[in-house]
Amino acid sequence: MKTYRTMRTALRALRRNPMRAALTTLGIIIGVGAVIAMMEIGAGSSAAIQKTIASMGANSLMIHPGTASSSGVSFGSGSIMTLTPDDCEAVIKECTAVKTAAPVVRTRTQIVCGDRNWVPTFIYGSSPAYFDVREWNVPTDGELFTDLDVLNSSKVCVVGQTIVRELFDGRSPIGKEVRLNNVSLRIVGVLKQKGANMMGMDQDDVVVAPWTTIKYNIAGSSVTNAIQSRSSTSSSTSSAVNTISDLYPSSTVSLYPEKSSTQAANNPMLVRFTNVDEIQVLANSANEIPLAIRQITSLLRDRHRIRPGQPEDFVIRNMAELSSVMTSTTRMMTNLLLCVALISLLVGGVGIMNIMLVSVTERTHEIGLRMAVGAQSRDILIQFLVEAVVLCLLGGALGILLGHGGSLLVRYFLKWPVMTSPAAIIAAVVVSATVGIVFGYYPAWKASRLDPIEALRYE
Amino acid sequence: MALIELNNICKTYHIGDMSLPVLKGVSLKVERGEFVALMGASGSGKSTLMNILGCLDHPTSGQYLLDGQDISRLTSDGRAVIRNKKVGFVFQNFNLLARTSAVDNVVMPLTYTSENLTDRQCRRRAEELLTRLGLGDRLDHEPSQLSGGQQQRVAIARALVNRPPIVFADEPTGNLDSHTSKDVLNILRQLNEEEGITMILVTHDAGVAQHAKRTIRIHDGMIVDGAYGGRVSVGGNA
Repeated sequence: MKTYRTMRTALRALRRNPMRAALTTLGIIIGVGAVIAMMEIGAGSSAAIQKTIASMGANSLMIHPGTASSSGVSFGSGSIMTLTPDDCEAVIKECTAVKTAAPVVRTRTQIVCGDRNWVPTFIYGSSPAYFDVREWNVPTDGELFTDLDVLNSSKVCVVGQTIVRELFDGRSPIGKEVRLNNVSLRIVGVLKQKGANMMGMDQDDVVVAPWTTIKYNIAGSSVTNAIQSRSSTSSSTSSAVNTISDLYPSSTVSLYPEKSSTQAANNPMLVRFTNVDEIQVLANSANEIPLAIRQITSLLRDRHRIRPGQPEDFVIRNMAELSSVMTSTTRMMTNLLLCVALISLLVGGVGIMNIMLVSVTERTHEIGLRMAVGAQSRDILIQFLVEAVVLCLLGGALGILLGHGGSLLVRYFLKWPVMTSPAAIIAAVVVSATVGIVFGYYPAWKASRLDPIEALRYE
Repeated sequence: MALIELNNICKTYHIGDMSLPVLKGVSLKVERGEFVALMGASGSGKSTLMNILGCLDHPTSGQYLLDGQDISRLTSDGRAVIRNKKVGFVFQNFNLLARTSAVDNVVMPLTYTSENLTDRQCRRRAEELLTRLGLGDRLDHEPSQLSGGQQQRVAIARALVNRPPIVFADEPTGNLDSHTSKDVLNILRQLNEEEGITMILVTHDAGVAQHAKRTIRIHDGMIVDGAYGGRVSVGGNA
């Protein structure tokens, strides 16, 4: 009852002097406002940076076929064909940490358009999910091919900026026909510029078509050439003589990858319908990459009927370097924001303390009077602490509004990415109350230690 | 049993290495219901004695019994409780809270009481007191809207709100003109006579001291006259 009355006295004292209360609060308002604005703007920038890094592939995984060996001679990664499009479907369906996945078939051949020709660094056959995995799903021109195109093995493709430059002098290539290995593909879209990848290869020097088209119509012949000792993957620098027969895949495609008899005896696996060179996987987030690896490993071991203890017939690679860049960037941003937040709150807290100290001096007389009529030092302490905490909480609330408003303005006018973080808001409230207690304690303690006689005599 | 009993109270202030004895063995008694004036020139130790009597300060040595309770051994918080329950103060410069209505000023000491009164009871008590002191139409006025005499009456109401047995009035008329001074002194006498509240009036003005029934004179830290009720009415006229 007594404490409640003291608290109410504190509130009344605040109401009695709104100007002083407002000035006191200003420090905290600005402090908390700065914290919230910085946190929101910073979190937005941080998210944008992370998204940029993620678009470089930090969230993605690559599944490659494993290595074949014969009499102790290893043929290196990807030398057996163990991955199928069905594996890819299963990964999408059953691995919860995986957002999407795309089968990739690679080849390397010449691309011809009119009187010009070019050999792209990358010719990929994939599904539309590939563009999601590579975060490349907004074409600058035209559109991407669809799942239906994959099913139909439509003769369409999407090209990168370098192809546009080399074959079309920068003019729009939409609807134009290009020939790959004598198969005519219609260009339906142009991909956004991506620049060089981490190995310095031009990522824009790319042609992407439905994987069925690449597999059966363009790279078809190379599948038959997949002799273990000769090619590491199904890609082969094809310089095949143009013959009309290449247009008809039925004559060249072997749906069943061939195995040597030794290999078949050593590795009695089911013969798969068809194989892909690689499966690219996009995890839900960079944090879920380890989980995704575990899920994919167990799923593929299961699907490939690998007994426990036996080595896997596939390899999963992640972008460890990118992930570490991402982690360190995130940590740096977080620390930076924390520093800014702490300094702002410290400044606000010192402001509160100053004004509370002035307020104690100014109200010495009142404190003396209250003590003379029976206030114990505890009562005075509580009164001033409550004043400080109420001011801080009030300042915190206004600061949240100010900071949030500020960050909205920044988003509106400067078009900066902004992210509202409820955690920052909760933290700001907790911290402003703490600041109130910590920085309000000293003035309150000083007030409570006044001698009533001295205080009453004070003018 | 006397309401107030001082036995050989000494108070010495220490300023640096110097010790300055202000009270040099004061003994006095005040019975319940008395109206006593405490007189002395400035520097005589009058204020110090008043602070000790009002439980604002503790003596260096000696015994102070208030209502049978030994005050000299209490901590500052213990003295605060005594001040709240047993003592009312009326100050020379009123000491009202600015920008606070008369009623709220009067209610203020009840904030610190352990008594369980509802807000309405508190307010009613304050309103009754103010009405009795002739401020029934000024309940919600702030000190700046009241005259000096009215302010001092609010202060008297504040001193009485906890129904203390003793009221200390420290130069209550020091800031008032002679007409309102008389008013205030009459109120104090009335309270003493009608309510039986023990009044201790601290003053240097013989004319003011006349209103009391007994005068205790202090000079140079020692009581020179009127320490005990038995030797009454040497300076005062009862």
